[in-house]
Amino acid sequence: MRIGVFVCHCGSNIAATVDCPSVAEAAKLFPDVVFATDTMYACSEPGQDGIIQAIKEHRLDGCVVASCSPRMHEPTFRRALERAGLNRYMLEMANIREHVSWIGKNKELNTGKATELVRIAAEKLRLNTPLFANQFDVTKRVLVIGGGVAGIQAALDCADAGIQVIMVERETSIGGKMAKLDKTFPTVDCSSCILGPKMVDVAQHPNITLYAASEVEEISGYVGNFDVKVRRKATYVNWASCTGCGLCMEKCPSKKSHDAFNEGVATTTAINIPFPQAIPKKAAINPEFCMKLQKGKCGVCAKVCPTKCIDFEQQDTIVSEKVGAIVAATGYDLFDWTVYGQYGAGRYPDVVTSLQYERMMNASGPTSGHIQRPSDGREPKRVVFIQCVGSRDKSVNRPYCSGFCCMYTAKQAVLTKDHIPDSDSYVFYMDIRSPGKGYDEFTRRAQEQYGVQYVRGRVSMVYPKGDVLVVRGADTLAGTQVEVEADLVVLAVGVEASKGAAHLAEKLRISYDQYGFFMESHPKLKPVETNTAGVYLAGCSQGPKDIPTSVGQGSAAAAKVLTLFAKDKLESDPQVSSVNQNRCVGCLKCTMTCPFGAIKDVKDRAGNTKAEVIETVCQGCGICTVTCPHGAIQLQHFTDNQILAEVNALCQPELEF
Amino acid sequence: METITLQKPDSQFLRDVRERSGQEPSNCYQCGNCTAGCPYNFAYDIPVSRIMRLLQLGRRDEILQCKSLWLCATCQSCTTRCPNGIDVARIVDVLRHMAREAGYATERNVKAFGDAFLESVEKHGRVFEVGVVAGYVRKTGRFWTDIELGPKMLPKGKLGLRPHSIQGAEHIARIFRRYRGEPEPAATTGGETK
Repeated sequence: MRIGVFVCHCGSNIAATVDCPSVAEAAKLFPDVVFATDTMYACSEPGQDGIIQAIKEHRLDGCVVASCSPRMHEPTFRRALERAGLNRYMLEMANIREHVSWIGKNKELNTGKATELVRIAAEKLRLNTPLFANQFDVTKRVLVIGGGVAGIQAALDCADAGIQVIMVERETSIGGKMAKLDKTFPTVDCSSCILGPKMVDVAQHPNITLYAASEVEEISGYVGNFDVKVRRKATYVNWASCTGCGLCMEKCPSKKSHDAFNEGVATTTAINIPFPQAIPKKAAINPEFCMKLQKGKCGVCAKVCPTKCIDFEQQDTIVSEKVGAIVAATGYDLFDWTVYGQYGAGRYPDVVTSLQYERMMNASGPTSGHIQRPSDGREPKRVVFIQCVGSRDKSVNRPYCSGFCCMYTAKQAVLTKDHIPDSDSYVFYMDIRSPGKGYDEFTRRAQEQYGVQYVRGRVSMVYPKGDVLVVRGADTLAGTQVEVEADLVVLAVGVEASKGAAHLAEKLRISYDQYGFFMESHPKLKPVETNTAGVYLAGCSQGPKDIPTSVGQGSAAAAKVLTLFAKDKLESDPQVSSVNQNRCVGCLKCTMTCPFGAIKDVKDRAGNTKAEVIETVCQGCGICTVTCPHGAIQLQHFTDNQILAEVNALCQPELEF
Repeated sequence: METITLQKPDSQFLRDVRERSGQEPSNCYQCGNCTAGCPYNFAYDIPVSRIMRLLQLGRRDEILQCKSLWLCATCQSCTTRCPNGIDVARIVDVLRHMAREAGYATERNVKAFGDAFLESVEKHGRVFEVGVVAGYVRKTGRFWTDIELGPKMLPKGKLGLRPHSIQGAEHIARIFRRYRGEPEPAATTGGETK
C-alpha cells in the first residue's frame, strides 16, 4: 500500500504549538508511507489540489490528513480523495488541532503526540478497504412535534410544498405560548389575530394530519424511514363527532378545574375547550376534576351533548406513522417562580407571573381584558414589574438570559398604561436587552412616551403592608435603596426547557444541554440540524427565542426537510456492522444487545441459523462486535483488526524523531 | 467627583481580598440586590454594591476608609440574596480586618467596642459585661450610651458585678498572644492588632 501524509498548519492554529514539518518528516519513516508533507491550509483549494496532485504523482492508495476534528472537514477531504479517483474511505484523519495544539502549550510534547496520532491513523489506514454506500428509499412525510408557532410554521411550509405532515401536540389545542399572549412586541399587534389564521390553515390544510392531546410514544428507524408511535391520550370525547358547540361546558357542574390555558388565573370546567379560537375546537375532559370519572356520579355532559360524543370509557390509543424526517418544536415552559420566596411568589395573590398578566390583559381571558388584582378585584394603580426572575441567576441554576423578557415587560408596561391611563408602572431591570428591529426604540418609547419608570437594580424583597405590596430594591444608578408601594407585582419569569424535553430527546436520539434545551449540530452554521440525520429543531426547544426568530427557525427547519426530500434515494452509511456468515454460529447474542433492532436471524442454505444486519437500521454503534463471541460480526471501517492496529501503534516504545 | 483612573488598579489589594475571603469579586454583575436588602444601608456612606464595584476597580484606600465596613452588622442579607453566590458579608468582614490592619477606623466607637470586647475575652476567657461597658466608656467617654438598659438587666442578673473567668482562661489568652506573635508570657494589652 502507498500512503500519503499531509500535516496541516491551519495557519497558526496548529503550527504555533506543533512542529508540523518535523511531524511530516517523522511520518516518512512509518510503514507504507511513501509521501509526507506539511501544508498551510489542507482544506483550502490549493491544499486540496496538493492532495489530489500527490495522489496522482505518487500513485497513493490512501491518505492521512493530520488537521482538525473530522467533524469539521472529513467530508471535504473525502470528496478530494474521490476527485483523485480513490474510494472516500481510504482517508484517515488525525486530529492534531482540538486534541493537540489547542489543549497543550509545550511544543515538544505536542509534536510528539501529533506524530503518534499520525502513526495511529497510518496504521489503521493500512487495513482500510474501499467501502460503498447503498441507496434506499425515502418516505416523504414529516413529523412535527409541537404545535406552537415554530411547529406551525414548519408544518405549513412543508405542507405547502406538497409534503404530508403529521403534527403531534401535547395539549388539546395547538397555538402554544403565543396563543396565550395578548399583544406582541414591538408592533403591539394582537397575538391571536396573527396566529389565528395560521392555526386555521393547519386545521384545513389537506396535507396536515393533526394529533392534538397526543404525545410521541416511540421512535425507531433512521433518516428517511422513521417509524413513529403516537399516543393519543383519552379525552373522553369522541372527537370525530364533537362539533365544539360548548354546551357541555355550560352545564358541567365541576367549575373549579385548573385552567392551564389561563395559567391558573381563573378556573374552568372539567370538560372544556381551552379557548374560543382553539384548533381543533373540540372538548376534552380533565379526569382529575370530572365527577363522573372520579366518583362515578354525574354524566351531565353526556346527557346534554347533542351529538352524543361523550365516552367515559375511552382509552389511550396508539397510532403508527411512517415518516422520513422529524422536526422537534417542543417550545418552552416557565421557570418555577415559587422558589423566589422573597418576592412572595405563590404566597401573595397580587404577585403574578408575566404570562398570568398576559391572560389578565387579554380580551378573551378570564377577566375579559380588565386588569384586576386577584386578591380583591380592584384595578391596580401602581404596577411593579420585576425582571430576571429565573434568568441570569446562578443561585437558581439559570445563568442564561431568557432573551425576550425585557421586550415583553416593556410591552406589558405600555399596555398597562393603555388599559389604566392613570396608572404608574415601574420596571426593575439589570440591563435592557433589546437587540432587534425596532426593539430598542420600543423600550425607549415605553419610558419617554408612556412614562414607565425604569429602575436599574434587582429587587430584594416584596412584603405586604395593608392591602398593598412594598417592593424594596436597589437603584444602582442612584446608588441606593429604593422602595415603592405596589398594587400588583408582575414577575418576568424566565424560560426553561419544555417539561419532558430531555425524555423526548432520548427517544429522538439527539443531545440536549444541561438545561434540557436540544443541541443544534453547530451553534452557528447548523442551527436547526441535530447530530441525528433527519431530525431538525425549531423554536424555543433549542434555546430561548422570540416569535420572529421562532418563525424563522420553523421555516429553516422546513427548508432542511425539503432539501432532504428533494432526493428520491438516500445513501446509506457503509460504516455499519456486517456478519461473516462462515464464522457466525447463530447464537444471536447480537440481536439481543442491538439497541436499534438492526440484526435479524436468517437461515442459510443448510438451514443453520445466522445473524444478518439490516444495513439501513444499523447506526454503527459497535455493541454487537463486542458481544459476538467469535468476532463474526464486524463494524466496517472500525474492525477489530483496525482498532488493534491503532492500539499497537500507540503502545510502541517511544518513537525517535 | 474625582475621576477614577482605570489603568492602575491596586491588583495586590484585589488579590489579597480574593485570597483572604475565598470569594471572586469579578463574579459581581452589579445587580444591586445586596444594597436592596441591606438593613443598614441608611447609615452607610458607601452602599455595599458600590463597595463591590470599587473593589473590582481596585480602589483600596477609598474602600478601607469608608464607614460602611464598620456599620455592617454581618446579617448576611447580601450573601443570601446574591444571585452569583458571592459571600458578600465575608468580603466586608475581610475588608474590615484589612482596614484595622491599615490603621483605619472611621467609626472609632465601633472599633472601641470591639476592642473592649476582645480585651474582656482575653482576660476572662469569656465576656464580662460590666468590664466591656467600663472599657468602652473609658475609650470613648460615652458614659450614657444604653444606660437605660441597666435597670432592666440588673435584676435579671445579666450584669454581674464580679468577673468570673472560665476554666482554662489562660489558654484563651494564649490564643491572643499567639495571634500577636508575642513570646510567652507577654503583656496583655488586648486584641488591638486583630
